[in-house]
Amino acid sequence: MFRNQYDTDVTTWSPAGRLFQVEYAMEAVKQGSAAIGLRSNTHAVLACVNKANSELSSHQRKIFKVDDHIGVAIAGLTADGRVLSRYMRSECINYGYTYESPLPVGRLVVQLADKAQVCTQRSWKRPYGVGLLVAGLDESGAHLYYNCPSGNYFEYQAFAIGSRSQAAKTYLERKFEKFPESSRDELIKDALFAIRETLQGEKLTSSVCTVAVVGVGEAFNILDQATVQALINEFEISSEEAPAAATAAEEAAGDAAADQGGAAAEEEAAPMDI
Amino acid sequence: MTKEHANWSPYDNNGGTCVAIAGADYCVIAADTRMSTGYSILTRDYSKICKLADKSYMASSGFQADVKALQKVLSSRHLIYQHQHNKQMSCPAMAQLLSNTLYYKRFFPYYAFNVLGGLDSEGKGCVFTYDAVGSYERDAVTPLSEAEAVDLVKTCFASATERDIYTGDSVEIIILNAKGVRRETEQLRKD
Repeated sequence: MFRNQYDTDVTTWSPAGRLFQVEYAMEAVKQGSAAIGLRSNTHAVLACVNKANSELSSHQRKIFKVDDHIGVAIAGLTADGRVLSRYMRSECINYGYTYESPLPVGRLVVQLADKAQVCTQRSWKRPYGVGLLVAGLDESGAHLYYNCPSGNYFEYQAFAIGSRSQAAKTYLERKFEKFPESSRDELIKDALFAIRETLQGEKLTSSVCTVAVVGVGEAFNILDQATVQALINEFEISSEEAPAAATAAEEAAGDAAADQGGAAAEEEAAPMDI
Repeated sequence: MTKEHANWSPYDNNGGTCVAIAGADYCVIAADTRMSTGYSILTRDYSKICKLADKSYMASSGFQADVKALQKVLSSRHLIYQHQHNKQMSCPAMAQLLSNTLYYKRFFPYYAFNVLGGLDSEGKGCVFTYDAVGSYERDAVTPLSEAEAVDLVKTCFASATERDIYTGDSVEIIILNAKGVRRETEQLRKD
């Protein structure tokens, strides 16, 4: 992005009516490693790419359980994501204590959005640099929301955020119409396919991705590596159609792939090769 | 000069009896299911036992409104613990938490008399008994077998029911061991 004279603090408008600090915060989300979410009428699935800075370090956790019926996947500044997850957990616990029932997802995302908005209107704060995909279940079914640093939130059938998320979005756009009636396993399979899109040539194994599910009769849980690997093997062996290899040009720029770690920047999109 | 007394009390006593026995590899927690006020019975079918964690069960007699509030506070704290540590609280840890929670209200106590029973991280039975403000100790382990302990509990309740008007109706017994958790109910005199 370009440097200009209206971007020093978040409380300064540009003449075009933009808040550059907020937009820069959204850039941080785009730099983080990919996270995708999709939902049917009864289940919601979150999946993310785990990039470790080096072989010696552990992977960063990007999916958090918030409550039995809500989970969140983050992209961007994972520290900000952790703090917001703690806030969400606390809100769920307090609501459950007072009302002896689960906090409806729609209410939680509004509270989260309002919290983010505060940081866009205080001169001594900065916007949260993290995008959150909130997946949850309530009386009206399964939901997927995206919360941005700007304080906006949207509900989605399927969405992807983070670096090379456009590849995943393209795949999801082709498939989303059948999601409402999809079974739990079909949703997970689609999530893994979408993740594979963002890897662009790199081999999809359970060590580079994390998958979590929540649904009717199933509390939010992160699938263990063995289960994920078995699912990956299942759909690779049965040689499903390889999703279209064409990737959007905007992903071709050599942006850093890892969250705040700066792994080696990659060149243009490699052909699908698994 | 007589001291002015309050014309109402924030507390009530709902009566009841709670027991817990720790064995070498099991724990039995039991409580009667009668809830009373004054000389009346409110219900014959009220559980005084609460599962706080996979291996920690608390049985409390006293003022059940305070007991319910205490159970909710501890359950919420356990959820927070699970989020932070990614595992369940051990029974001794829960014992300390209960003590601290009770002492927190040292100057307006929870009118709750608690016994905490469960298995420690080595799988051995552990039982902790408390006063209303959090003073507690870990009780001795019995050499009795699980079946003998459950029998003993049933005998104790039958006996207590005879002499204590606030104990009776039925007794709820929870047995915790390495295989999991089991629940038994035994009827008691209803007078």
